[in-house]
Amino acid sequence: MGNVINLKVNGLNYSVDVELGETLLDVLREKLDITSPKRGCEMGECGACTVIMNDLAVNSCLVLAIEANNAEIYTVESLKKNGKLHPLQKSFVDNGAIQCGFCTPGMLMSAKALIDRNPDPTEDDIKEAIAGNICRCTGYKPIVEAIKKAVSTMKKEGS
Amino acid sequence: MSVKTRVVGTSVSRKDALEKVTGAAKFVDDMKFGPGLLHAKLLRSPYPHARIIKIDTSKAEALPGVRAVISGKDFNQYIGLYLLDRTLYAVDKVRYVGEPVAGVAAETVEIAEDALKLIDVEYEELTGIFDPEDALKPGAPILHEKLGEYECAPFIFPQPGTNISNYFKVRKGDVDSAFKQCAHITEQEYFVPHLQHTPLETHVAVAKVDDAGLYTLWTSSQSPFAQRNLLAKSLEIPYHKLRVITPYVGGGFGSKAGVSIEGCVIPLAIKASPRPVKLHLTREEEFYCTFVRQGLKAKVKIGVDSEGRILAMENTYYWDAGAYTEYGVNITRASGYSSTGPYLVPNVKADSYCCYTNHPVGGPMRGFGMPEIHWAIEQAIDTICCKIGMDPVEFRMKNALKGGDLSVTGGVMHPNGLKKCILKAAQDLSWDQPKPKAGEGRKIGRGIAAMWKAPAMPPDASSGAILKFNEDATVNLLVSGMEIGQGTHTVMAQMAAEVLGIPYEWIRVHTPDTDYSPYEWQTVASRLTWSMGNAVVKAAEDARQQILELAANHWGCGLEELDIQNGMIIQIEDPGKTIPLKDSVIYGIRGKDGNLRGGPIIGRGNFIPPDVTPLDRETGQGPKAVVHFTTGAQAAEIEVDEETGRIHLRKISSCYDVGKAINPLNVICQSIGGIYMGLSTGMFEQLKMHNGTPLNNNLSDYVTATVADMPDEIFASFVEVPQADGPFGARGVGEHTMVPTAPAIANAIYDALGVRIRSMPMTPEKIVCALKQKRLESKDKKKIEQAFASIE
Repeated sequence: MGNVINLKVNGLNYSVDVELGETLLDVLREKLDITSPKRGCEMGECGACTVIMNDLAVNSCLVLAIEANNAEIYTVESLKKNGKLHPLQKSFVDNGAIQCGFCTPGMLMSAKALIDRNPDPTEDDIKEAIAGNICRCTGYKPIVEAIKKAVSTMKKEGS
Repeated sequence: MSVKTRVVGTSVSRKDALEKVTGAAKFVDDMKFGPGLLHAKLLRSPYPHARIIKIDTSKAEALPGVRAVISGKDFNQYIGLYLLDRTLYAVDKVRYVGEPVAGVAAETVEIAEDALKLIDVEYEELTGIFDPEDALKPGAPILHEKLGEYECAPFIFPQPGTNISNYFKVRKGDVDSAFKQCAHITEQEYFVPHLQHTPLETHVAVAKVDDAGLYTLWTSSQSPFAQRNLLAKSLEIPYHKLRVITPYVGGGFGSKAGVSIEGCVIPLAIKASPRPVKLHLTREEEFYCTFVRQGLKAKVKIGVDSEGRILAMENTYYWDAGAYTEYGVNITRASGYSSTGPYLVPNVKADSYCCYTNHPVGGPMRGFGMPEIHWAIEQAIDTICCKIGMDPVEFRMKNALKGGDLSVTGGVMHPNGLKKCILKAAQDLSWDQPKPKAGEGRKIGRGIAAMWKAPAMPPDASSGAILKFNEDATVNLLVSGMEIGQGTHTVMAQMAAEVLGIPYEWIRVHTPDTDYSPYEWQTVASRLTWSMGNAVVKAAEDARQQILELAANHWGCGLEELDIQNGMIIQIEDPGKTIPLKDSVIYGIRGKDGNLRGGPIIGRGNFIPPDVTPLDRETGQGPKAVVHFTTGAQAAEIEVDEETGRIHLRKISSCYDVGKAINPLNVICQSIGGIYMGLSTGMFEQLKMHNGTPLNNNLSDYVTATVADMPDEIFASFVEVPQADGPFGARGVGEHTMVPTAPAIANAIYDALGVRIRSMPMTPEKIVCALKQKRLESKDKKKIEQAFASIE
């Protein structure tokens, strides 16, 4: 018999029967069909499975499902609101921050967690925030640029 | 000649961008196959070279939940792209650590893993080969006893009884007498280790054989049609009964070209039919159980006259090609017909050997031999520049191949912008200005490197395109080049929109399904923009022609009087007269005689390189060895700490001649990504091996560059000298962007410290050791000089 956990994902409540060894990544992908967090290494080394859990960017492959009991989780599926892209998403599109797209959801969630806690990050803050997210295509520079530009867009919109 | 374009040449948003930022983009692992899905695991060889005495799978088969167990006893077919030297599962022998020996499909991954432990394999260990030059020594153990019997492409020449799966040579002019006339000669050796491409998405494939005998394969692959071709041939499946579906790929860089894990999955699916079977490599398996980049030992000798003109080159390349070379074997040709780098060299002797070793399977990786040989050539050139006291930019400008020059294989070089690229890369670093002042204990250095690369492919690598109009005049474009991040869907849609006269937004490009999409050889060799682009342009022209003929018939005018603009057919002289495409591309147009003509408009286009010729086997000479070369250059400015050897990249510039930038932002982004991969492989990456056993199979020990390692400033640019047979003048640039990065940095290290790092990667340890060595040598030299002085 498994264990039932309750969690809120992208604003919706779920009760899920989980095995003891199951990870949050397994639950999201296999049980809730939320496939934006990717399996890149399952060892917490690549960042492709990054989601926001209780306001922190975490590698969902390193979080046991039972640890996520009563947690509030956000994945990239939550960013688009009322048919409108989040400024981060828009900026990734406009600034060449996307190539193969496998790191993109995790990269966006690391960036989102950063600007949620620090709406005015420096370039170094941005680099630190995505240091755990490997990208083999873009060379990172366009991603840093995209996050910077999104930050300035959000500041303008907010003011 | 420049043609005014509307959407070609603009930086429109990527076609796949919206899917990829919203999480909607589906990769193979995101697809659902229901509760019937079985999970596969492979039993892999723990030895680099051993005879299989016995395999007993009976205990594994008896484990509850196991649905299929197979080994090379059940499936012993050969498979391969250029040389059929590999079997689906090991037969009789294993030749590398990680080679699949048996496979299990079970209800869960855990059951499959448990079953592997129950398979009994008895091995007899054999002596291994771990160095390509050792492979050539007399008395070396022979890895492939049946080399002479393997089927191969007509341009591959295995040497039976040896460990050489191909030997390619160039003999041009007379190197021996040319070297005698040289004012300066340099002769050096360089080393490149095995690398792992490390795409973020590991290999994953699902196969199903249904009760009617239809095979379906969903796979993370750059090559749906090569998959179908090689697998159908190997397993004797009629081509129309094998369907390959390839959604988005999470990074390829060559590792997902040809066939890799799919050859293990289909046999399991045959045995477990009709249930689908999934194999998803772990990150550890990804490091050594699929293609790795070949290692290289290069010996280069360059001679110049007193003016700094290259007179002769004698280069020998020993490729550490690993246990199987079915795909990788062609690297000998690629490195042979490009063996001089992008320079005019009248006398050439080049030898390129594909050597079997008991290392993982060497396969294609971005650049296919070019980052490796340019690592040697561009540093040797830098050495000779220092020797003769000539500026490295001036030297390269003097020797760069220009249109009309004869290349290394005797063909005429097409017009190209190489010299412009060299100058631009240098200018962007203010090459002619004094270097900035370095910090305490540090030195600043600058280096430059040039490159060329041609698509390495068989002469008949072809492309198809189908373009279907919908009722509202939007278009579905079917092609089978893979969107692996390079942006091919975007540029294909741009080209089609340009020719059709419809907005870019009206076009959707699909990931391929071999049942519905047209043929494409493979997504490799930076060939899609050029080859598939030509097919797409022809498909769009075909559709356009059909539409204009209908309108001309309706209006009773000539085709030349008509155009399509923004989705409307118009009369050029009378723009008031229009027919919207949406009224005509499905429902036809009534002609002057009152009859409806037309119907659903479907454009078709194809392309095959028309004129590549074979090369003479003894001299490597021929009129047209390859379709074209893309050329370019990069320069680096670094600051290096003399005590720690740590390199700080201040600036890197790059410039390529892309013929025509269909999407300038994509070209720039490709350049930045190429610089990243060039510096990451040049400074950090190495698949470390001890007697054939890989030691760093994870992303902590196999270090890749992070955001913190990127240069402070990047200057990426391009020039456009049109490719005569390219769509809108375009040629490819995907791989090229990583080729000269490492030698440019190495040359900057020499400029800063006076030490030359000949073995990749350029780690701080190597730099510190080289500095110590240099100090010792100069001390010894001083001592000797002092001793001589005292004698005198």
